[in-house]
Amino acid sequence: MRLFLHQVRVEQLVYWRSRESAVFTFIFPLMLFLLLGSVYSGHIYGVPASQALLAALLAYGCAMVAFAGIAISLVLRREQAILKRLRATPLPPVTYVTALLASTIVVFVLETIALFALGRVVFGTPFPSRIGSVAAVVVLGAVCFSALGIGLSGLIRSGEGSSAVVNLIVLPMSFLTGAFGPTHHYPRFLRAIGDVLPLKYLVDLSNAVYLHKHAVWSKPGAIGVLLAWGVAGVVVAAFKFRWEPREG
Amino acid sequence: MSAISVRGLRKSYGPLVAVDGIDFDIEEGEVFGLLGPNGAGKTTTVEILEGYRSRDAGEVSVLGNDPERPGPKFRQRIGVVLQQAQLWQNVTVREAHSIFAGYYERPRNVDEVVELVGLTEKRDATVKTLSGGQKRRLDLGIALVGDPDLVFLDEPTTGFDPAARRAAWEMIRSLRSLGKTVLLTTHYLDEAEHLADRVAVLRNGRIVRVGTPRELTSADLEVEIRYRRNGEELLVRTTEPTRLLHELTSEALARGEEIEQLEVRRPTLEDVYLALVEEQDE
Repeated sequence: MRLFLHQVRVEQLVYWRSRESAVFTFIFPLMLFLLLGSVYSGHIYGVPASQALLAALLAYGCAMVAFAGIAISLVLRREQAILKRLRATPLPPVTYVTALLASTIVVFVLETIALFALGRVVFGTPFPSRIGSVAAVVVLGAVCFSALGIGLSGLIRSGEGSSAVVNLIVLPMSFLTGAFGPTHHYPRFLRAIGDVLPLKYLVDLSNAVYLHKHAVWSKPGAIGVLLAWGVAGVVVAAFKFRWEPREG
Repeated sequence: MSAISVRGLRKSYGPLVAVDGIDFDIEEGEVFGLLGPNGAGKTTTVEILEGYRSRDAGEVSVLGNDPERPGPKFRQRIGVVLQQAQLWQNVTVREAHSIFAGYYERPRNVDEVVELVGLTEKRDATVKTLSGGQKRRLDLGIALVGDPDLVFLDEPTTGFDPAARRAAWEMIRSLRSLGKTVLLTTHYLDEAEHLADRVAVLRNGRIVRVGTPRELTSADLEVEIRYRRNGEELLVRTTEPTRLLHELTSEALARGEEIEQLEVRRPTLEDVYLALVEEQDE
C-alpha cells in the first residue's frame, strides 16, 4: 500500500510536469469545449448545445487522458527503458499498473471538474444533478480506456510514432461516435462504424447521466460494451505488453 | 560466500549463441570486470544475473538467489545501471532520487546520495538539462539510493569524454570503499585495469582469461623486438627476449656494428586483450 501511494504520487508528479501530456491530453478537451461551445448554438438532443457538447467532450476527455495519455506515455517509457529500469526495483508490476490506473482516474476526475466548471462559468451549463452516476461513468470510462491504452501501447512499435498512431485512432473515433457533436446527420455507414467503437457507449452514458439525468444503470448495454472493450484491452495487454525496448 | 556464482551459463537467441558456457565467481566486496568487444556476451550475461533474461542452461546464484525466481528481498539488495536508459525528462535530480528511494525499504538519505554522485549543485535541475556525464551520474545515484549490496554497471562510461570518464571512475572506486560488490562490464581496457580487482575477458560468449589486471599482462605473451638491417625493417616476436637480444647484440658487437633502430616492446594489457579477443577470430 505504501508503494502504491508512492507510485500514484510519482505518476501525478510526472504527468503534471510533462508539458506534452498535460497540455495535450488535459487542456485539449477543455479548449475544444470552448471552441465548439462558441460555434454551436441552439439546441442539440433537445437541450442547449453547450450542455450536449459538455457531455460529449467529457467522453472525448476520457479518450485523451486515459487512452491517448496512457498509450503514448507507456510506449515512450518502454522505448526509453524507463520501464526496464523500474523492473529492477522492488516495485511490483501489479502495483505499477494499478497506480498508473489510479493516477489516471485522478487526472480524469480533475478533467471532469474542470469541464463542468468551465461550462458553468463560460456557457452557464448546470452542474450534474446525479453526481454518483456521473462519478460512476467517469471511473468506468477511465478504467476501460486505460485498459485499451495499455493494450494499444503493446501494439505500437516506436516511440516517435506513438502520438501519430494514437491521434489517428482518437480523432476519427471521436468524430464517428459523437464526442465532437451529434452524428445523426452522418452517412449511414459512418454511423455504423461509430456504433462498434467504445467511445460511442461512453458518449451514450455521459448523455444519459448528465443530459437526461438518468442513473448509470439505465444503460446496461452501454456498460456491457464498454466493459467488453476494456477486457479486450486487458487481453491484448496480456499478450503484447512488454517492459523492454525493442532491440536495435 | 560468493556474491555471484555462475556455472556453465548458456544463452542463445535463435541460431546466435550469445553466452556459450561460462563460469565465474565474484566475492563479496569485489569489483569484477567483464571485459570484451561488442557482441561478446557481456550484456546478456549481466541481464541474466539481473533477472531480465532467462538462461538456456547453467547454474546461477546472485546473493543466494536464482535471478529467474528471486526471493522477495532480491531487488532490495541490487542496484542496476543499464547501458541505455532514460528517465522522465521534467523531474529534478533530487526528485528522481526520491522517486527511486521510495521503492526500497531502507533507502539511503537522498541528499547524501546526490552529494556522493557529485550532483549537489544540480539537485534542482531537471533531467533534460543535464549533460551526458551528469545523466550517467544520476543513473548511478538512482542505482545506489536503495543502498544495495550488489551494483551492476553495464558500460558505465561508454560515450564519455576523458574528463567525465575520470570522474565516473572516481565514483566507482568509492563504491568499493562503501563495501559494495560491483559487476562492471566494459569494452575499455583501461577502465577494467583501473577499476576492477579481477577481470574476465569475454570473447564470442566464452571466457578466455580470468585474473587480476596484473596477472593478465604478465601472462606469457611474446615480446616484440624491432630493428633495421640493410635498410630493411625486421620484427621478431619471442617469448625468450633475453636470449634473442643477447644473440643479436653479440653478433653486432662481433661485427663492430650498431643495430639500427633497436626497439624492445613489452605487451601492454591492450596487446594482451587484443590478442585474446582476436585469436581464432578468422
